[in-house]
Amino acid sequence: MLIVPALFDEGNKLRRFTVETMRRLDAAGIDTFLPDLPGTNESLERHAAQDLATWRSAMDQAVRHFRATQVLAIRGGALVAPTRVRGAHYAATTGMKTLRALLRAHVMQRREAGVHVTIDNALTTGRTEGLSMVGYDCSARLIRDLEAARPPEPELLVEQSQLQGPGLWLRTEPSEDAQQSLLLARIISGWRS
Amino acid sequence: MATNLPARTEQSEDTDLILRQVLSDVLGLSAERIAELEPDSGLFGHLPELDSMAVAGLLTELEDRLDIIIDDEDVDGEMLETFGGLRSFVVGKRTIG
Repeated sequence: MLIVPALFDEGNKLRRFTVETMRRLDAAGIDTFLPDLPGTNESLERHAAQDLATWRSAMDQAVRHFRATQVLAIRGGALVAPTRVRGAHYAATTGMKTLRALLRAHVMQRREAGVHVTIDNALTTGRTEGLSMVGYDCSARLIRDLEAARPPEPELLVEQSQLQGPGLWLRTEPSEDAQQSLLLARIISGWRS
Repeated sequence: MATNLPARTEQSEDTDLILRQVLSDVLGLSAERIAELEPDSGLFGHLPELDSMAVAGLLTELEDRLDIIIDDEDVDGEMLETFGGLRSFVVGKRTIG
């Protein structure tokens, strides 16, 4: 099973949760793989050169490489998850919501540095020139892609309420919750069999 | 004005609950600390957990759960300084629709 990580800051915040879920899936006899999206973590690609198509293509290649038969996409990962194998999405979100959170953090950070920018003018700049937001160097194409992107209909959609606790992407510090990972792994292994 | 009062009070209570829930989810505060929040309890600049990244997450989540749009021009130190200040702001946003 291929795991498509959450995007940007949420990918960091959910990494421990994601890995804990993979351990639980392993215990249920399911092999999982968590590749880095191009331009993130150990990838040698430039983040500024990425857009949703390059991420989608990399995830398609990963499915072929690992001969994965199912995909579990986390949050915004659903926007770039392969669609030609069986897919489950956990707490999928739209590109615009993902982008708005980035823009807002960017605007707050700039204001703290004494530079007055608004979400609207940051977005206008981003659409044509690209924009570095809270450490994420985003191409104009990636920003335009995100504005329009909605997750495709998956075979299984797992909502946060099914995990009986708050979404860990909301936390200011990366966190984990063994119970939530266990519940997600149970739902996924039940769906798979 | 008076005829609107009961509905508004109900919505204020509902908003109060959602606001406490979101603060708990974002900041990972204990139920006790969340229950102790009073109108004059300090938020931004008082809670070490609440930095600018956390504020961005908090506002985005409030927009989602309350179905409101928070204009970035509205976001200032005063609105975020106390629990009561943030609650009044959010109740105002919901009343406007």
